[in-house]
Amino acid sequence: MRYSALSILMNGLRGNRSWKPAWREPEPKAHYDVIIVGGGGHGLATAYYLAREFGITNVAVLEKGYLGSGNVGRNTTIIRSNYLLPGNNPFYELSLKLWEGLEQDFNFNAMVSQRGVLNLCHSDGQRDAFIRRGNAMRLHGVDAEFLDREAIRRMLPFLGFDNARFPIMGGLLQRRGGTVRHDAVAWGFARGADMRGVDIIQNCEVTGIRQEGGRVTGVETSRGFIACNKLALAAAGNSSRVAAMAGMKLPIESHVLQAFVSEGLKPYIDCVVTFGVGHFYISQSDKGGLVFGGDIDGYNSYAQRGNLAMVEHVIEAGKTMIPGLSRVRVLRSWGGIMDMSMDGSPIIDRTHIDNLYLNAGWCYGGFKATPASGFCFAHLLARGAPQETAAAFRLDRFARGYLIDEDGSGAQPNLH
Amino acid sequence: MTAFRLPHGGLIDRSRPLSFSFDGKSMTGFAGDTLASALLANGRILVGRSFKYHRPRGILTAGSAEPNALVTVNTGGRTEPNTLATMQELHEGLRAASQNRWPSLAFDIGALNGLLSPFLGAGFYYKTFMWPAAFWEKLYEPLIRRAAGLGRASHDADPDDYEKCWAHCDLLVIGAGATGLAAALTAGRAGARVIVVDEHPVAGGGLLSETAIIGTQAAADFAASCATELQSMPNVRLLTRTTVFAWYDGNVFGAVERVQKHVGFPAPNLPVERLWRIAAKQALLATGAEERPLVFGGNDIPGVMMAGAMRRYLNCHGVAPGHRVAIFTTNDSGYGLARDLEAAGIVPQAIIDSRRDAIPDSYSGSARVVSGAVVSDACGRKSLSSISVLQNGKSEELKVDALAMSGGFSPVIHLACHRGGKPQWSDEHAAFLAPSSQKGLALAGAADGTAGLQACLEAGVSKAAALLGSLGFTAKPQALGPVEGDIAAGPAKPLWTIPGIREKAFVDFQNDVHRKDITLATREGYGHVELAKRYTTTGMATDQGKLSNVNAIGLLAEERGVSPADVGTTTFRPFYSPVSFGALAGATHGKHFMPARMSPLHEWAKKNGAEFVEAGLWYRSAWFARDGESGWRESVDREALNVRKNAGLCDVSTLGKIEITGADAAEFINRVYCNAFLKLPVGKARYGLMLREDGFIFDDGTTSRLEENRYFMTTTTAAAIATMNHLEFCAQVLWPGLDVRLASVTDQWAQMAVAGPKSRAILQQIIDDDISNDAFPYLAARDVSLFGGQVHGRLFRISFSGELAFELAVLADFGEATADALMQAGDTHGIQPYGVEALSVLRIEKGHVTHSEINGTAVPADLGFGRMASSAKADFIGKHMLSRDGLSARDRLQLVGVMPLDTTAYFRSGAHILAKDADATLENDQGHVTSSCYSPHTGSHIGLALVKGGSARHGEEILIWNALHGEYVPGRLCDPVFVDPANSRLSM
Amino acid sequence: MASLVPCPHCGLRPKEEFTIKGAALPRPSPDAGADAWLDHVYLRDNPRGALDEFWHHTSGCRRWLIVSRDTFSHEISACRDAADPAKERS
Repeated sequence: MRYSALSILMNGLRGNRSWKPAWREPEPKAHYDVIIVGGGGHGLATAYYLAREFGITNVAVLEKGYLGSGNVGRNTTIIRSNYLLPGNNPFYELSLKLWEGLEQDFNFNAMVSQRGVLNLCHSDGQRDAFIRRGNAMRLHGVDAEFLDREAIRRMLPFLGFDNARFPIMGGLLQRRGGTVRHDAVAWGFARGADMRGVDIIQNCEVTGIRQEGGRVTGVETSRGFIACNKLALAAAGNSSRVAAMAGMKLPIESHVLQAFVSEGLKPYIDCVVTFGVGHFYISQSDKGGLVFGGDIDGYNSYAQRGNLAMVEHVIEAGKTMIPGLSRVRVLRSWGGIMDMSMDGSPIIDRTHIDNLYLNAGWCYGGFKATPASGFCFAHLLARGAPQETAAAFRLDRFARGYLIDEDGSGAQPNLH
Repeated sequence: MTAFRLPHGGLIDRSRPLSFSFDGKSMTGFAGDTLASALLANGRILVGRSFKYHRPRGILTAGSAEPNALVTVNTGGRTEPNTLATMQELHEGLRAASQNRWPSLAFDIGALNGLLSPFLGAGFYYKTFMWPAAFWEKLYEPLIRRAAGLGRASHDADPDDYEKCWAHCDLLVIGAGATGLAAALTAGRAGARVIVVDEHPVAGGGLLSETAIIGTQAAADFAASCATELQSMPNVRLLTRTTVFAWYDGNVFGAVERVQKHVGFPAPNLPVERLWRIAAKQALLATGAEERPLVFGGNDIPGVMMAGAMRRYLNCHGVAPGHRVAIFTTNDSGYGLARDLEAAGIVPQAIIDSRRDAIPDSYSGSARVVSGAVVSDACGRKSLSSISVLQNGKSEELKVDALAMSGGFSPVIHLACHRGGKPQWSDEHAAFLAPSSQKGLALAGAADGTAGLQACLEAGVSKAAALLGSLGFTAKPQALGPVEGDIAAGPAKPLWTIPGIREKAFVDFQNDVHRKDITLATREGYGHVELAKRYTTTGMATDQGKLSNVNAIGLLAEERGVSPADVGTTTFRPFYSPVSFGALAGATHGKHFMPARMSPLHEWAKKNGAEFVEAGLWYRSAWFARDGESGWRESVDREALNVRKNAGLCDVSTLGKIEITGADAAEFINRVYCNAFLKLPVGKARYGLMLREDGFIFDDGTTSRLEENRYFMTTTTAAAIATMNHLEFCAQVLWPGLDVRLASVTDQWAQMAVAGPKSRAILQQIIDDDISNDAFPYLAARDVSLFGGQVHGRLFRISFSGELAFELAVLADFGEATADALMQAGDTHGIQPYGVEALSVLRIEKGHVTHSEINGTAVPADLGFGRMASSAKADFIGKHMLSRDGLSARDRLQLVGVMPLDTTAYFRSGAHILAKDADATLENDQGHVTSSCYSPHTGSHIGLALVKGGSARHGEEILIWNALHGEYVPGRLCDPVFVDPANSRLSM
Repeated sequence: MASLVPCPHCGLRPKEEFTIKGAALPRPSPDAGADAWLDHVYLRDNPRGALDEFWHHTSGCRRWLIVSRDTFSHEISACRDAADPAKERS
């Protein structure tokens, strides 16, 4: 059923009794051309583009929990393509371009809202780094503007300009950046993939990867063995555990990142703003909640919960950046498990096993990457060669010394 | 008619009237009122509008689960949107306003949404607003945003203070109702360190709305005597107005105390809120139970209220809900209310009991009981006018102005589920109970599914005694009671789906999620409890589903034909109730967001006219403006030129300084630097480059050998802390066998660079030792005596500027006097102070790198240090990753100088480098400018840049490309050393 | 993560006093070869369960510790000075 204003009108008049399920709940088949492990944003997007772009529809997405139960529903919903390095920048710009046409494409309103993303800087060094980054973006045709203190004051007069420990010096603005209703991304991709014949199988945990003669033959799951020609891992947060089933050890640690939402408020802040000291970012959802977050807690974790010390630190930064937040109440905090890679950048690559493919290591960048990640992973699966914007996301770059380290903090994930 | 104040009764102080206003209308209440009880007493039952349909809403609860009665209190920087009228204590002059209505609460345009409700079902917005694409951001979204949201927050800064503290205890008791008080008394009397916390202003919990007798006292008096006894114990801390909002790992609880939210004018010497981090050996949740609403048509009309809330307003605040009251219940809770209403002279019109023949023996009142019946619909617009009662298929209409409802009780188990434990459905209790056996935490009383006062008192006593036993205390449990006149409300069969409903039946009141939304979500494939929540928004309001979640689960279970156990719950997460930014930030914000570090020469710099700049946590002197100078550039040019011509004094105390001693100190230093250090002679300094284990440059600095086994290392200001941690790691973890000791002495030494051709002449005036070029050559490093032996110092002949230069260190307390003496001694030589801006100019002119170039992605060869990384050494940190192909690729970014072709042209750091005439594309990107300045020495802007294969490209014409600022400057790559490439000035 | 860390030198101290480095892996010998070094610097077992990590009591005794911790329950089972086992190894 195509969604439209008319469909809402007709269904509304009929008491909303004729709406069909957004996706089927199929029983797993014995064999698929491609099995994707992980029914989060990236796995569903991969399935969607496999079907839509490459005509590969005999595909199953296996999800151990419910659809979109991982980080696609736990992030702070920000999209942007303000990346510095040539290995990253074209990929994230591809992603932003896909976001821009996504809703018409999959016929689901994910509320893509290009409200602008503003990164504040507070020192000469940060300013210079932003100018470098903004110019790298402009070289690739990506929109970027550098605003001075006065321009920022005109735009967001309520920031803590006057009593700040680290005065606001300027900021890098990407107007095409913004926010997206995160759950809807998973649902839109799921529905679009399902319509094209992909089986989305929830409550199906992969417990083993069966290999014969150096090839993957299928996966053991909580719902039995399922065979496949190609196996694609898209289980960020748990990548190491899934890859270990195929005997792989990854350049990844799992870390917990907390996120927060305030009580609903009338429009308070229009764009996404990030604080340059102490890691704080905030935007406001269409529903009115201020959605914000900070740094990872800093220790390896598979538990989706964080620590009070980091809660305090994030909120201290928030009140410093916007003093008026003081009396706003924080409603809820939660945690997501991040695949923190050793250089802060992702992996979309083949593996040492011929028909096993890996999509992992998304660090903080996973949500905004969702469409391009799916597109490029589907490309790799279908064509056997990397999509050109994802060509640097290789697994062997650590051994070869071609790292993609945006902030230069090296092989210690909790510093990225 | 509507709610009104009874002529007597309640725990309010009728001798202390308080005036307040709501939506500008002045009203009066009494001390002991909440805003909600005072509004009810004034007959105000319409207090808010719902989120989506803007339906009129009244007060539903008497506590922190309230979804409807959200108001904005205060003004300016103290504005608090979304304040629960049910939790806000009344105080003189309180100003409250309703929210989410326009133009007024009584007449709200947004209520038109209600007419469109068939088209605004769950998730409708995911299916539309997509055409034309541009309209989402330009039209639909702004409209939705304006309509959405609850209260309006202020952008003004908060004038009040907040604070944080830690507390430790043997037993934390959360909730000071019957169970909690019994537990706390038991533990307190046993001598344990006890903290008892309750969210309300007065301890007592449900006892405050009770009419039962405990021992010889009325329930409220019993609570008061318990509180008095607890307060008299030195080992017990009773915190009221305090909400425990989260349970964290290590048995640490977060709690917020509302110290001054109940006063009109906060005292300036007290915080408004205080954050407690409570580390408890054991914790007991005595958090009680939340009464569940019933999902019948019109269950949100003002006048419909939770039975327990109605009872609280009646008994605690002396407020009657109306004259014609009905009670709809699935359990015995409704009968306690009926009895108390009758005692107040209001005989209920009917008790509608979904059970058949279940009138409790303890109820002997005269209200009509309609058994085996339900309320299918409530009617009325802005207030309740009637209800439809359905019994045996027959509907009867009752005129009422107030309706109490009770759908059973949900134990308040949120905190017990904050660390991953999943709630367990209990058919016996018809409720979700806390996960069993969690270390450090137990539950008792209604929170544990126990019903009735007597049982709760006993549970409190026995659970506390057991927990104390596990901590090694011997508690002597003392029975409390006996209790008389309690109507205990035990578990009853839940009533999820009510038959015969015509109107909207709300599940989540605030978010306007009604029964059909749950049905629709299930139909569309969102039947998983987590998907249903996300699709319909049920449970996502400010009460986080305290009232709605279990009903939603029950309805989902019936839709799917399974048990609530199979549906499961969404995840309970912090915060139990919302916590302000102010409380969580405490004093750590604004100027106090991070500590400020001042150099020992800070005052010296200040009195010499320094402008300061933040450098990490430090404040460093940036430049020293003089009268008549037009701007910072003029000052910086003067300072830089003066160093090259005469001499300057710069505060370099912020550099990290580490004292390294021990028999193996040389070996240690040799392993942590990539270049050789074993043969450094005593009395000499050497530049050192430190790598990370992945081969990239970590930091640089100098290390001086002061004695055979005593070294003094300096690091950059930025990496000082990280370097010290790293060295300790190397010493303690990697090579514990080495005899080496480390001490950070950054704060112990004031260090000043004295640079320029006249620096020696100036220094010699205060230094007793001979510092002539022969006696103290370039890279000499020695202890020296100052001022005729009065002061001990360390002198290093090192240079960042490329001039004859020294760094002099004296103990911090002598810093300012020494700097003063140098300024005096240098006066005739033209000495001037210079700041980090001039320091930066001097080092760029000399091609020295800082963390602008050591950016974490550079290996030694990139910065011209390729030969320093000693291949002769068997091991050093970073050696083993350096040989990777990518780290010696031809097109790596390498350090070069850059100059504009036109010496008057300006360019800045962050600009990129393009080959001459190349298209501006990312593929053509050749690198970027890392540092730049106006160089008064060369009379041009100059820069350092990292450029692909740059070391082989000196002389190449390029374009310095900065689209962000519209600056496109033709330039040339060059050697990065702009001053004295032969280093002849260093050894003057 | 545990809000309080049992430092063997200082007793139970708040987590904020510590700096975490990551998995407590022994440094390979200088001649261990490229694969061993790659494994050491970049690859991680990243278990869901028991893990030994290097923690530095930065705002306390400034000793590096090995904290044995469960990455799912966040329970700390042991905490000892990192120099102790290192000494035993060498």
